[in-house]
Amino acid sequence: MDTRLKSPFMSGARYVIDECFAERLLAEALSRGGDYADLFFEYAISGGFGFEDGILRSSSRSVSLGLGVRVMKGDATGYAYTEELDERAMFETARIAAQIASDGGNTPPINLAEATYEARYDVRTPTLALPGEEKRELLRRADERARQLDPRVKKVSVSLAEELRELVIATSDGIFARDRQPLVRFGVHVIVEEGNKRQSGNSGGGGRFGLEYFDEHSPESHAEEAVRHALAMLDAREAPAGNFEVVLAAGDSGILLHEAVGHGLEADFNRKKTSHYSGKIGEKVASELCTVVDDASIPGSRGSINIDDEGRVPTRATLIEGGKLAGYMQDRHSAAHFGVASTGNARREDFRSAPMPRMTNTYLMPGQSDPDEIVSSVKYGIFAKKFGGGQVDIGNGDFVFNITEGYLIEDGKITAPLKGVNLIGNGPEVMKEVVMLGNDFAASDGVWTCGKDGQSVPVGVGCPTVKIRSITVGGTAL
Amino acid sequence: MSELENELIERASRAVEQARSKGAEVAEAVASRSKHLSASVRMGEPEHLEEAGSRGLGLRVMSGKKTGLVHTSDLSDEGIALLVDDALELMRLGEDDPYAGPADPELVGDGSNYLDLDLYDSKIDSIDGEAAFKAALAGEEAARSVDPRIENSDGATFTRVSGARALVLSDGRAFSSLGSFASLVVRPIALDEGDKRRRGFYHTAARHLSDLEAPEAVGREAARRTIANLGAEKIPSGELPIVFDPDVARSMIGLVVGVLLGGSVYRGQSFLADRLGETIADSRLHLVDDPLVIRGHASRLYDGEGLRSRANTIIRDGVLESFLLDSYSARRLGMESTASASRGGSGGLAASSTNVLVRPGEMSLDELLRDTHEGLYVTQMMGFGFNSVTGDFSRGASGFRIDNGELGRPVSEITISLNLNELLNRIDAIANNVDRRSSILTPSFRVASMTVAGS
Repeated sequence: MDTRLKSPFMSGARYVIDECFAERLLAEALSRGGDYADLFFEYAISGGFGFEDGILRSSSRSVSLGLGVRVMKGDATGYAYTEELDERAMFETARIAAQIASDGGNTPPINLAEATYEARYDVRTPTLALPGEEKRELLRRADERARQLDPRVKKVSVSLAEELRELVIATSDGIFARDRQPLVRFGVHVIVEEGNKRQSGNSGGGGRFGLEYFDEHSPESHAEEAVRHALAMLDAREAPAGNFEVVLAAGDSGILLHEAVGHGLEADFNRKKTSHYSGKIGEKVASELCTVVDDASIPGSRGSINIDDEGRVPTRATLIEGGKLAGYMQDRHSAAHFGVASTGNARREDFRSAPMPRMTNTYLMPGQSDPDEIVSSVKYGIFAKKFGGGQVDIGNGDFVFNITEGYLIEDGKITAPLKGVNLIGNGPEVMKEVVMLGNDFAASDGVWTCGKDGQSVPVGVGCPTVKIRSITVGGTAL
Repeated sequence: MSELENELIERASRAVEQARSKGAEVAEAVASRSKHLSASVRMGEPEHLEEAGSRGLGLRVMSGKKTGLVHTSDLSDEGIALLVDDALELMRLGEDDPYAGPADPELVGDGSNYLDLDLYDSKIDSIDGEAAFKAALAGEEAARSVDPRIENSDGATFTRVSGARALVLSDGRAFSSLGSFASLVVRPIALDEGDKRRRGFYHTAARHLSDLEAPEAVGREAARRTIANLGAEKIPSGELPIVFDPDVARSMIGLVVGVLLGGSVYRGQSFLADRLGETIADSRLHLVDDPLVIRGHASRLYDGEGLRSRANTIIRDGVLESFLLDSYSARRLGMESTASASRGGSGGLAASSTNVLVRPGEMSLDELLRDTHEGLYVTQMMGFGFNSVTGDFSRGASGFRIDNGELGRPVSEITISLNLNELLNRIDAIANNVDRRSSILTPSFRVASMTVAGS
């Protein structure tokens, strides 16, 4: 394999990190009396290719290497990181993080043993190890397909982002774990023109895969989808404003769950009682049709992880079961507060940030209804097919999400395309308005990135066709 | 020049030399180093203390019309050797881009400090963890003591950051700068009916410590904003005049400036791409991009390609006068660079705005509100509902009703929508309450009517 993809942390490499060294560094981190400490070594290589106007216009690569040290004392955290992995710099970093504690207590002996787990992704041939020409060819195929599909296609841009992240995690409660996380994301964006009308369309996907991702999702299929989307929107009319029945298509609509439910169920907000779901375990927070889980074990999914960023193997967290609030997504600190086990949802953007409870793959489980019957049950409403992004205020539950491809439903039939529009609602209120769930569950093709406190992590979403009895549609037509 | 700047120039120069000796015709490197400290408190107790230093090296190489772009935080000899090899490999993979190339050397400046922008406060690094906690505690305490309904808190955070960066071009010309920044944000929470928690926040941010508002004032203002949201409810759908608070006016202006950047324009991702020289907004709207504001948040003496900074009028009395261009987008559009290149820490170049100044009007915010019989004063927006190709805009919003010229009941869970082409022409009043806490310096303004979707 390419030298730059070789582990810098394994024996014989540049920065050997073994249990013995980690034990010494953890001891230093706890030397001022911290209750808990962890180390997060990261070596991440990422690459990006941009194809525009028929040529590979940009190629970039970035290397990020460092160590983050966290020390906890009660509810307080000390955090420090370094990009210099020499022994002096690493011990100095541990001493800085240690300062959050000041009673200089005795450090109990730390005994680390390497953890094993079942792999959820294959890292034998990460895309970064393959010649650039192969990847350039994938971009070209999508570009050519998009151009030949329709003369109204005026601009095509295709991108490929790839990443390989190598982690060594050690905690003062005995965990020593390594992981390698591949990630690839492909995207096609087109602009079409007809007369004086212009519209854009896009398609994207990926996950924790190598180039085998493209065996099932060809570059051409993404080009076709982007062009279809853009052309469909050329005739878009003003969307209505007000409260309507809305049908969400299976798959990416899961972003609604992510916003309406997911963030509010991250345990840190509930430990601090700043979420509107605080103290509501066992209570009805959604229609009884709804069961929502967060599952990091989906093979190859963008949000999947073998271990979380505290070194624990995530379990499938049931958040809502039959409409009742079942539990939160936990990291170590919040789990201790609630007296439960961590669900392995501690994640961080990189070694520069402390971990916090985050979503992985958040799914609304399927129901019994035929998706066609769901659409035909709507007299007048909106069919939401593709989405931009969303946001939530976890304190009061208000959320928005943006539809980039939507249609009117009139007398049970999908009719006119609508201009981009936002849906706005209140999480718990909207979840009680879920009146039909399809039997057609679909997971998003990996494109989503979730932001919290300035940290971005890749996530997956998924859901069946969903009918919501009433939600506010932010159109312009009254 | 500081020792740190000299060190960074030296580091960047070495990378340029290595890349040139390995066959790159053009090599440009940017080296940076910064340190920061951040202290958060919550409910009167320390919650998080973070202290670290960051560094990086970004390199852009070209040969003929091919480009490669790389960045690393691994500054060991081995790390830098890999960086240079990667850059050349990516460059060879590239394809001829007729517009590629460095800036015209005739236009590039000499790197001299021709003006003191006063972007660095040497006192900032003296704030240690204890002092930072003290400021954060004072801010949170002030917020929590305002009103018993503030029963929870997302805490308060004091942050300071300082650092330097240096750009070295192929011919050895070097450009460096030193900067600092500090901020305090306070985030109280008040409990409302229906178990809803109302968040509000307020922050102060400046390049110099002496320009920060006092922690107590920040806390009190955060509390005032939080309490004001209690009892927020939907309003019926309809067409209403909308007054934007500076906090949200900033994001509206940001959307407009975003579609006037070279990259958006040549990619066809701008609904204003074909409108240069035309009236695109009400004549009250006048926007200037000015990189030379003393102590400005986004000020700089040179752009990312080494061109001397200058103020550019973007919209003159409602007429679209100029895009913001780097030399690449300028070549693509057959225009001249406006010295708006921004080179990110990772070495990539794109046109960007610096300090955007919206010309204030005569009225105070109170006068503007009094001039609005019935309407909506928007203080927060949510979501991403903007299509830059068509200008269609729809976002979640919250704020206050305006009844008979006065602020009334709080409003939430609604959307406001209107195509930006229309919106810019419907601006019918601009106030004089310019908010200087970010790089977009805008007062409140009013849009004669937008569609509100509510109950």
